[in-house]
Amino acid sequence: MIKHEIFEKNSIILVIGVLIVVSIGGLVEIAPLFYLESTIEKVKGMRPYSPLELAGRNIYIREGCYNCHSQMVRPLRDEVERYGHYSLAAESMYDHPFQWGSKRTGPDLARLGGKYSDEWHRAHMIDPRAVVPESVMPGYPFLADTELDYKYIADDLKANAIVGVPYTDEMIANAVIDVQAQVDPDSDYYDDFMARYPKAQVRDFDGNPEIISELDALTAYMQVLGTLVDFSVYNAEENYR
Amino acid sequence: MQTAAKPPVANDLMGWLTSGALALGAVIAIIVASKATTTPMMVHTFIMAAAFIAGIVGIMNLNMRLKAGHYDAPSPSGVHYNEGVVKAGVIASMFWGIAGFVAGLYIALELAFPALNFDLSFLNFGRLRPLHTSAVIFAFGGNVLIATSFYAVQRTCKTRLAGEVAPWFVFWGYQLFIVLAATGYLMGITQGKEYAEPEWYTDLWLTIVWVVYLLTFLATLWKRKEPHIYVANWFYLAFIVTIAMLHIVNNLSVPVSIYGAKSYSLFAGVQDALTQWWYGHNAVGFFLTAGFLAIMYYFVPKRAERPVYSYRLSIIHFWALIFLYIWAGPHHLHYTALPDWAQTLGMTFSIMLWMPSWGGMINGLMTLSGAWDKLRTDPVLRMLVVSVAFYGMSTFEGPLMSIKAVNSLSHYTDWTVGHVHSGALGWVGYVSFGALYCLVPWLWKRERLYSLKLVDLHFWVSTIGILLYITAMWVSGIMQGLMWRAYNELGFLENSFVETVEAMHPYYVIRAVGGLLFVLGAIIMAYNLWRTAKGDLAEPISVHSPAATPAE
Repeated sequence: MIKHEIFEKNSIILVIGVLIVVSIGGLVEIAPLFYLESTIEKVKGMRPYSPLELAGRNIYIREGCYNCHSQMVRPLRDEVERYGHYSLAAESMYDHPFQWGSKRTGPDLARLGGKYSDEWHRAHMIDPRAVVPESVMPGYPFLADTELDYKYIADDLKANAIVGVPYTDEMIANAVIDVQAQVDPDSDYYDDFMARYPKAQVRDFDGNPEIISELDALTAYMQVLGTLVDFSVYNAEENYR
Repeated sequence: MQTAAKPPVANDLMGWLTSGALALGAVIAIIVASKATTTPMMVHTFIMAAAFIAGIVGIMNLNMRLKAGHYDAPSPSGVHYNEGVVKAGVIASMFWGIAGFVAGLYIALELAFPALNFDLSFLNFGRLRPLHTSAVIFAFGGNVLIATSFYAVQRTCKTRLAGEVAPWFVFWGYQLFIVLAATGYLMGITQGKEYAEPEWYTDLWLTIVWVVYLLTFLATLWKRKEPHIYVANWFYLAFIVTIAMLHIVNNLSVPVSIYGAKSYSLFAGVQDALTQWWYGHNAVGFFLTAGFLAIMYYFVPKRAERPVYSYRLSIIHFWALIFLYIWAGPHHLHYTALPDWAQTLGMTFSIMLWMPSWGGMINGLMTLSGAWDKLRTDPVLRMLVVSVAFYGMSTFEGPLMSIKAVNSLSHYTDWTVGHVHSGALGWVGYVSFGALYCLVPWLWKRERLYSLKLVDLHFWVSTIGILLYITAMWVSGIMQGLMWRAYNELGFLENSFVETVEAMHPYYVIRAVGGLLFVLGAIIMAYNLWRTAKGDLAEPISVHSPAATPAE
């Protein structure tokens, strides 16, 4: 073991040795993900979140929903039957950060959109045990009473654009208007908004037209989850990984 | 070799430079506070400004005390060791430990009795769970690592810790990081990445603290009076260097504005997921394993009064462990949208990791060769040895769970939670407790601990707690995994999701009882250490004395 002495007598050589040894695994595993076709493919239907959905997603993160809910359906028979089509890499391509989760104290939410009505979500968020008596989820009644703070939402879109989400200048410029447009089906901006965010759902989500609440935003996010890719036309073999 | 005691001297230049940097930091924090876009950000910037100003006062005080001759007396070998900062680390470890364990107990109770969430944002499980994980890993574990590394590096190098301001900057800077992280979670500031929740400015602050930590550690190695760097220091160094790399890469993000807390991760989706679990798994590998193995390599031989079992095994253990660990991250992403080859690679390396892990366990356990009788008489050594046994168990269970077929059942269930806690409570907890039980009498210059009987009580109370915890989670995890995939005779899913939630209830209660016992054990320990530091002795005759322990 004479040769090992060099590491034991020179702290800098030891540090360099450690750095080389711990770099290899990460480089081999992570670097290819940035250019492999299967991990950067684009699937028809995927679009950036609308400003309201993005605000809702930020509430989802703020409240730590990822601690109990995954957003990643595995290609296992029971999961596909319980939740729906297994999740594709492309479905979280605009998720900064990803929210796949690691624990299902509650069910997976990757395909939550459209499964329950807005009214159900409202009742469930205010008092989970009112609709699911056995639930252990915390109640979030304060979301319905708290007005959404969206005056800086354009800055959020800008930051997302910097990290690679294809928000256009037009989307950024209209971010505040688009928040208002998504909760008001009668607004003058409806057509422009739908052109920018195809398949977006426009309505008053929280049942309270008086204010744009945090519950509006969170519900808009929950209702869009997993709905953007049309799996009736999606060809899995084409994207086989 | 007896060298003349060289007393520590105040470095005025370093004091002024650090004070200047802190003053600049305080000014920036106040400017940001004045334009903060959200209330939580304003609270945080005020905390930072206040901490920076307190830091300047602290540096002035430190230098004045040094000039007035207020420092520890030299050790018998003639070295003025810096023991003040280690003492502070020991106290902080105990404080954050109990805080983190109590937070864990509370969220365990929330899962059993959801009314305890009280519909309040800052009490809900989603915000408290990161508070618990960060408090136990980074606040408790981090302080134990800082305290023990500062102690061990001085003793094994036979020299005083490098710098006077730097070690205290590391200590208090790290406490500021903890306070920012914890208060942030309560106010809803989070990046939403597990074990990497603190936002961009807290991450930047930790980076600064960590670089100073690395430099302090290296500069102490450079002053060493021994030709060789002791094995514990290799592990400490690998822990410090690798955590720096992981922390920086995984936290790369773009802030929305410097006046706001929110940022967006540089990576998205599958790339973000693997970067996160490359970080997450190696937070386990380098923070909770390499760092605590360093504690094993210093404190087990020291307490057993035996040399490390095998020098060759130490070398193989070290390089194999740090090389293999880095690859294991993808096993957190089995059957996800991560490409199959990456999953298989992660699984393969996770299984290989079993070997160096058990190599390390054998090296730790066999260090007791010729001193096994001490297990009967010294409950502190017993705690250290049982920690290594738990390490062996968790590092066997881990590779097992990384096998894809097993993982398809265990993933997303409480089995993972149980696995983590057998490692966290059994390995990290016990090796830390053992080290703290050693350190307090050494640092406060007491002959021995206040009460070895209380150590014994602590050991049994928390061991029963751990066993309740992990068995409850094994049962609930495997049961829930099986219930999710159960089909009835007509080919339909047998259980709705909520039926599986309902079935968890008794196990969540048992788990909370286990957690309560673990908290009680820690409180017994804190009391024992406090009485030890005061200089009290509970038992008139030392159980540890040779007279009471006939040799066989």
